[in-house]
Amino acid sequence: MVNAGNRILLSGNEAVALGAFEAGVKVAAAYPGTPSTEILESLGAYPGVYCEWSSNEKVALDVAIGAAYAGRRALAVMKHVGLNVAADSLFYAAYTGLGGAGLAIVVADDPGMHSSQNEQDTRHYARFAQVPLVEPADSGEARDLLGRALAVSEQFDVPVLVRMSTRVSHSRGVVEVAGAATAPGKRRPALADPAPVPDPHARSARDALTALAADPGKYVMVPGNARGRHPVVRQRLADLARWAESCELNQVEFGDRAVGVVTSGIAYQYAREVLPDASFLKLGLVWPLPVGLLRRFAAGVERLLVVEELDPFLEENLRLLGLTVEGKRWFPAMGELSPAAVRRGAIQSGLLQKESEEPAAALQLPARPPVLCPGCGHRPIFYALRRLGAVVFGDIGCYTLGAMPPLSAMHTCGCMGAGLANLHGALKALDIADPDGQPGGTRGMPVAVIGDSTFYHAGLPALANLVYNQGGGLVIIADNSTTAMTGHQDHPGTGRTLAGGVAPRLDAAEAARGLGVGRVATVDPFALDEFLAVAREFVASREPAVIVARHPCALQSRSRRPPVIVVAEACNGCGICLHLGCPPLSADGGKVLLDQDLCAGCGLCATVCPRQALVPAPNQGGGSAHA
Amino acid sequence: MRDLSFMLAGVGGQGIILAGDVLAEVGLRAGRDVKKSEVHGMAQRGGGVTSQVRWGRHVYSPLAEPGRIDILIGFEVLEALRNVHYLRSGGQAVVNRYHLPPPAVAAGEAAYPDDTDVEREFAARGATLRWMCPPPGIERLAAGVQLLGLVSAIEPLRGALPAEAWLDALYRLVPPVHQELNRRAFQRGRTAAANGTPGRGAV
Repeated sequence: MVNAGNRILLSGNEAVALGAFEAGVKVAAAYPGTPSTEILESLGAYPGVYCEWSSNEKVALDVAIGAAYAGRRALAVMKHVGLNVAADSLFYAAYTGLGGAGLAIVVADDPGMHSSQNEQDTRHYARFAQVPLVEPADSGEARDLLGRALAVSEQFDVPVLVRMSTRVSHSRGVVEVAGAATAPGKRRPALADPAPVPDPHARSARDALTALAADPGKYVMVPGNARGRHPVVRQRLADLARWAESCELNQVEFGDRAVGVVTSGIAYQYAREVLPDASFLKLGLVWPLPVGLLRRFAAGVERLLVVEELDPFLEENLRLLGLTVEGKRWFPAMGELSPAAVRRGAIQSGLLQKESEEPAAALQLPARPPVLCPGCGHRPIFYALRRLGAVVFGDIGCYTLGAMPPLSAMHTCGCMGAGLANLHGALKALDIADPDGQPGGTRGMPVAVIGDSTFYHAGLPALANLVYNQGGGLVIIADNSTTAMTGHQDHPGTGRTLAGGVAPRLDAAEAARGLGVGRVATVDPFALDEFLAVAREFVASREPAVIVARHPCALQSRSRRPPVIVVAEACNGCGICLHLGCPPLSADGGKVLLDQDLCAGCGLCATVCPRQALVPAPNQGGGSAHA
Repeated sequence: MRDLSFMLAGVGGQGIILAGDVLAEVGLRAGRDVKKSEVHGMAQRGGGVTSQVRWGRHVYSPLAEPGRIDILIGFEVLEALRNVHYLRSGGQAVVNRYHLPPPAVAAGEAAYPDDTDVEREFAARGATLRWMCPPPGIERLAAGVQLLGLVSAIEPLRGALPAEAWLDALYRLVPPVHQELNRRAFQRGRTAAANGTPGRGAV
C-alpha cells in the first residue's frame, strides 16, 4: 500500500537499514543483541545486500572488514557489549584503514539496561581507537547518517562508529522516502519495490584485493609496519578534527543566549523539549570534537551546559579546552536519561522554576519481572539444578531468567561465554584446596549452563580450554535451537541462514565430542527423571561432561497442547508446583489455580505434583509429557 | 487537533507494540508529526511493558514526562495502575479489566490491588477511568485493538477521525488473515464507548 506523501514511520533500527541499503552497502554482518537486532533483520530484506548472522561480534566485524578490503561498502552491527568482543578488530582496522570502500560499525548502547548486563558509553571507544563517531537523534537522522558515515569512512580511510541507543533504536519516527512504501517488519523492507542500489565503487573486488596485496606495510600489522601506521592514525584524527569544524552534522541553533546547551543524540530531543528557548550546539559528529566551533558557541552564551546520556564524555573534553561548563552536577551519569531527568536537573540548576510536584507513582505494587514462558524448556533444567543444590555459573540469554525466584538456580551471569571458564576455574580452585577430596553429593558443586547461541558465540574456546587443561565438571548446553531472547534469530546450530535459506546445522553434542569431551548426552529436560539421573552422574565427573538439554523454544513450537487439568480435591496446597514459577499457576486459599489461557500444556507441573492434583490432558500420554 | 500523548501499558506478549504502531500510523495519516517509543528484549518475556505514542506539530522526545500523558491505555489492571502517575490531571484511562497475577501474587506473597482501589487511585489524580470488559476466547488476542476502538470514540478523538482512518492504519499493519478478527474487535470497542459511561462499570 502506498502511503500518503511517502512519510513513513520507521524505528531507528529500520532507518539504519534503509540508509545502509540506499548508500550501497553490499555486505553486512552482526550478532543479535538488544537493542541492535532489527537492523540486520530489516537490511536482509533488501535486494543486492549480503547479510549474515555471524557467530559473534568479532567475527561479524572481521567479515565486514574483509568485505571493505575487497572494495565493497560494508556494515557491522552489534550492541554495546558486543564491541568489547570486537574491540581487537576495531583497533587493527583503525590502523590499516579499508583502502577505499566504506565501513560503518553500528553500536547500540543500552542506557538503563533494559536488556543488558551493564551500561557502557561507546563514545569512549572512538577516542580509544582514534576513529570518528557519529550519533543520530531520531530515525530520520539515522537514515541520513549511514550514507554520511560511509562517505567519511572513504574520505579518510577509517572505520566509522555509529552510536545508537535504546531510545533511538526502538523509537519510531517519520522518514520521507522517494518511492512507494510498505509497513516494514521482520524480513520486510520499508520500500514497496526496492531495486538493488548500484555499487558506488567502480573498481572490481579482484582489483581491490590485488591493490591490498601490493601494500603489506598498510595491511600486515607486524610491529615494524604498525609503527609506521600509528603516525598515520594520529594525523588522520587531526585531519578529521579540522574537517569537523565545518561539518554540517554539527548544528548551532541560537535562541536565548543566557544558556547554551552542548548535546547529541537522544539527549538533544529531551533537552530541546524541556528547554525550548535555549541555544543549542547539537553534535552529529561526536568525535573528534570541533574545538573552534565549541569555543565560539561557548563565547556566544552566558552559561554553558552539557546534556548527555551516561558518562561525562563531552563535559570532560570541554573542560580540557579550559571552558567553564556544567553537566553531571545537574544531570545523572547513570541510567537512561529522560525529559523528566532533564527537567529535574534544569530546576536544580536554577534554569527552570518548579511548576508543580512531580507526580508520585502508585505505592507498593507487586513487581512484574520477566519470567520464563509457559512451556519453556529451560524451566525443568533449573528446577532440576535447584533440586541438586548445584552452584550454577550462568550466561546470557532467556535462560538467565533461571536466576529469578522461585527457581533461583543461577548464581552468576557476567558476559557471553563466561560461565564455562568460571566453572573450570572454580573446580581447579576446589582441587587445589583439597587435592584428595572426593566430592560428596551434588550440593554446592559448580555447574555451568550456557545457551546454544551463546555456546557458538563464546563457549567453544572455553570448552576447548576445559578439555586441554584437563578440567572436569558438568556443562549444560540449554539448546532451544534459536537465539530466543533477541527474538528468534538463527545461528550455526539452527540449520537456517539470516535470509531464511538452508544452512549446514552444527550439533552441539557433536561439537563437544569433536573438541574431545568424553561424556556427552543429549536429553530432553522435560524427561525430568532421566535429566536428573544424568546430571547427578555428570556433576561429579573428573573429566569434562556435557549435557545438551534440547527442547525447542516454546514461542516457536507449532503445536499447542491442551492445558493441564486441575483436580482440586487432590490438591493439599503443598506449593511444590509453584516453585516452578510458571505463569499460569497461582495459589488461591490453599489450592492451586491454573489459568487455562496461559497454560502451554507442557505437563511439567503434573510431573512434579506428588498427589496427581495436576494431570496432563488426556491425549498427552504419561506424566512426562515429552519423553 | 491539539498535541496528544498516549501511553500503553501491559504485560509482554499482549500486543502492545502492534497497538502502539496502529496509533502512531493513525497520527501520521492525520498529518501530525509522530514519535513512538517501545521496549524490546528481556521485558517482553512476561514483564511489564510500556510504549508511548506522541502526536504533535513537531515532536522532539519520544518519551513524555510523568503527569503529561493525555490518554493511558491499560491492557492489564496492575500495569495500568503502575503507570497512573504518567497521566495528567484531567487525563483519561481506558483499561482492560483483565487481571494477570505477577509472580509474587501467584506465590501468595503479595496482594493484587482491588478494582475499587484502582478506581480511587485514578480519581485521586483527577483522571477519568473507563473499564473495558475483557473479550472472551480467541478475541482476547485482539484486546489491544478493542481498546483502540474505545479510544477512537472518546474525547478528544470522537468525531475527529472517521473509523476508516483507524481501520486503514490497522489493515496496513496486521496480516490479511487477521483483519476480520481485528475489525470486529475495533468495532466492539468503538460501539461500547458510544454506549458506556465513564467510571460506571465495564463497557
